[in-house]
Amino acid sequence: MADIQYLEGKKPHAKEHRLIFRNIDRVGWNPSIDKYMEEGGYDQLKKAVKMERADITNEVKASGLRGRGGAGFPTGLKWTFIPPTNTKPVYLICNADESEPGTFKDRYILHQDPHQLIEGMVIASYAVGAKLAYIYVREEFPEAAQILEKAIAEAHEKGFLGKDICGTDFELEIYVHRGAGAYICGEETGLIESLEGKRPYPRIKPPYFPAALGLWMNPTIVNNVESLCHVKHIIEMGGEEYAKLGTPRNTGTRILCVSGDVQKPGYFEVQVGKVTLGEVINDMCGGLKLGRKLKAVIPGGSSAKVLRADEKFKVKRGEDTVELNIEDIPMDFDTLAACGSMAGSGGVIIMDDSRSMAWVLNNLNNFYAHESCGQCTPCREGSLWMKKITDRIVRGEGTPEDVDTLESVAYNIDGRTICAFGEACSWPTESFVAKFRDELVGTTKVENRGKLANPEAALAAAGLK
Amino acid sequence: MTISPELDKKAEEAISHYPAEHKRAASLPLLHLLQHEFGYVSEESVKWVADKLGLEPINVLELVTFYPGFRQSAPGKFHIRVCRTLSCAMAGSYELMESLCKATQIDRSGTSHQNPIAVSPDGKFSIEFAECLASCGTGPVCMVNDDFHESIKPAEAAKLVENYRAKA
Repeated sequence: MADIQYLEGKKPHAKEHRLIFRNIDRVGWNPSIDKYMEEGGYDQLKKAVKMERADITNEVKASGLRGRGGAGFPTGLKWTFIPPTNTKPVYLICNADESEPGTFKDRYILHQDPHQLIEGMVIASYAVGAKLAYIYVREEFPEAAQILEKAIAEAHEKGFLGKDICGTDFELEIYVHRGAGAYICGEETGLIESLEGKRPYPRIKPPYFPAALGLWMNPTIVNNVESLCHVKHIIEMGGEEYAKLGTPRNTGTRILCVSGDVQKPGYFEVQVGKVTLGEVINDMCGGLKLGRKLKAVIPGGSSAKVLRADEKFKVKRGEDTVELNIEDIPMDFDTLAACGSMAGSGGVIIMDDSRSMAWVLNNLNNFYAHESCGQCTPCREGSLWMKKITDRIVRGEGTPEDVDTLESVAYNIDGRTICAFGEACSWPTESFVAKFRDELVGTTKVENRGKLANPEAALAAAGLK
Repeated sequence: MTISPELDKKAEEAISHYPAEHKRAASLPLLHLLQHEFGYVSEESVKWVADKLGLEPINVLELVTFYPGFRQSAPGKFHIRVCRTLSCAMAGSYELMESLCKATQIDRSGTSHQNPIAVSPDGKFSIEFAECLASCGTGPVCMVNDDFHESIKPAEAAKLVENYRAKA
């Protein structure tokens, strides 16, 4: 990789390990198929179509790849949920509805390296027996949709799509399907309803996986953009070799997207679990802004529970339990889960001591109230109540009891809805109230009302500065 | 409303992307085509899509009213979407919104959840907040029609607006 030149100011950090983002911000790179094929593009597809279908799935299982969209579910295992006796058509859908606040990785893959995704999709389609696949791309990526359509046409011309792919009897068509600005379409059954031309109301479970009943009630595999790109690299390296990247149960690389109060926000592809949150903040992102202290981190997209900077996290290491500071947390699925949050979609939002937690929570509550699909009462009503309560706290019209009400509303959504949006919208409130209760209550006190326009003044008023 | 033969051809092409018995799946693609052509989705557009796909108009209208990406009234020639969500807000997207409104003379006071778009008096610009545009590392960000702009400081809003005004 030593010969790859990156654009000025966009060089990968020394602690990065670039597979998926190898060609992002590269000097002389472009999204054309010719460029992609100069360095072995589509060679893995040629290799894959000579393999037994089940062997590809087995390689993906052996790789330990966990879905990069948010849930972290093992990708290979997901593929095996297609009923073995199935005679119906099978579909593959790429979830490119990237919309979890804090997450901005798929954007760069779609714009700069579309053939990597298409190659991954063709291999995955071959493995699961799909002849028709869709890329569900969010409406706010109009340029990406055009780039993908062009890339699909190019792949067709070269015989990597259409009939008789690579001289075999395997056939596949991929189409781009644009969403229309609804976050709920990231939920895989909501996405399927949307693709069918309906309102994206998530489906009742079971079946838990669309692999049993999905698009038009046929077996359907829905995978995130980044997950599908990994498939290509797993075929190239072999599942076992791939699994040596990262840490046990948390294999491979993943892209961390860092935003918020750091010197240099950005994206970093790292081996899962091989870098700590402290290294991400201090080394990769150049530390916090001058004179600021770390206050809170949302580690895996806005739905992930917030971590407070001065918390101690108890984590199992083999037989022992160790205590970690926030900066010592390795960025992997299992540790972040043990810390009471989640690795989610890889979106890391950093907040320093200039931020009012009431203001931050209110911003998120506005998001979830806007994006609730309205199907289940607890979520439709609850997300709006939470927004209204934090709206008035931020306006300086809250009361200390509001914080208790907020908490009770949140706990009455969680676990009572058809899809995981219920958890996604209540976890921010649950965790902000649990960890910043004093600050939230402090900002509602009579003498502090009307002082919230400026977060610094609000903090001072709450006696926290 | 006149549907040109080219637009009709594009619609037929979109319908061909789905199995013949599942034409309904082309609802969103057709709505996108019409909104792109006419700037918004009118009642006539809804009926046209419904006829084309063998649906009742309500099946199409319920999509237009659900998805934030579709609008039922004409926006400005240049429609601006400013990201409102956390990382962009921390980077100053509310201030960017204010500066853009000032530069375009848009008054957002009449907007609501049901009616999020405000149009400038000269009809050249319209604006709304959008939820997370997935570029949190380069906030604040906004879109003007299909163009994407990142790291826009509120002070640069006037220049951005003038660049588009020159194109009008």
